[in-house]
Amino acid sequence: MNSIVVKALALVFLMLCNPAFGKEAAPAAEDPALEQRVTAISGELRCLVCQNQTIADSNAPLAIDLKNQVREKIKQGQSDSQIIDYMVARYGDFVLYRPPFKVTTLVLWLGPLLLLAAGLFALFRRLARRRTVVETELSGAEHERAAKLLAADNETDKR
Amino acid sequence: MAAETMNKTQMFLPLGIFAALVVLLGVGLTLNPREVPSPLIDKPAPHFQLPQLHEPGKTFSEKDMLGKVWLLNVWASWCVSCREEHPVLLDLAKSGAVPIYGLNYKDERKDGITWLQRLGDPYQLSAYDINGRVGIDYGVYGVPETYVIDKHGVIRYKRIGAVTPEIVKEKILPLVNELNRG
Repeated sequence: MNSIVVKALALVFLMLCNPAFGKEAAPAAEDPALEQRVTAISGELRCLVCQNQTIADSNAPLAIDLKNQVREKIKQGQSDSQIIDYMVARYGDFVLYRPPFKVTTLVLWLGPLLLLAAGLFALFRRLARRRTVVETELSGAEHERAAKLLAADNETDKR
Repeated sequence: MAAETMNKTQMFLPLGIFAALVVLLGVGLTLNPREVPSPLIDKPAPHFQLPQLHEPGKTFSEKDMLGKVWLLNVWASWCVSCREEHPVLLDLAKSGAVPIYGLNYKDERKDGITWLQRLGDPYQLSAYDINGRVGIDYGVYGVPETYVIDKHGVIRYKRIGAVTPEIVKEKILPLVNELNRG
């Protein structure tokens, strides 16, 4: 009986613990607008330690430092593009998750389009060739057969 | 005859394209994605003024080095590759070819000093960058990193990752000699 009471009390205690966990995450949401901008900007920046993640997604120490840097710059009143430029000046275009369109990235941006165009060109050329091949086949043996059929047809007509 | 040669080219064209693709991807595989070209090459070294590792009362700035060709080596006691490159730096320091200055990056002061005591200190001095802020200004993302800075305070070369004897012989020393002459 006594142990049931203890268990019940323990359960109540555990349930009371949960809201405490909820509170612990609060500081991040202290200024939701600020955090939203931090997340938006860091979502555009590549984490150089874990290269296929943005610094918004990454928990690498450098990513956390860079996120803090972004937060600080926002508080200083800098614009999004100023902050992005700051990062590019230090880490190069590679830090941008969406690479810019310029001479050095032409192949990157236009390469797939060129490949698609080449593929379509090859496809249409092949289709065009197949069409001519079909035509020549028709003018071969089938032509003769067609002539025979027509002749036979003419004969039945005469009857 | 003409049709036959055309068939041959037709037959080998996809094979050729495939071979070219294999070569392209093969070359891509041998490149190191960690070696991101730094935008800081041929740019003035970013300004900093930091307390020194051994003497917190004194500061060190890149401006103190104007007129000299020098190496800035970013290191930390927690960094495994730093241990690997350490003997190379010790040899280079002993040769006296170029002064090496350290940037102790996001380290505990005590750990950094102990590390140098145990393994030897190739640095004229080390600046102490506790929060990694100067590291960010220098585009540091993979310690160790090494910069060659010329007499005008311009970064001329950056090595990401451990410095090897080959890199010292083939890259750093020729560049330092050239910069010292100029």
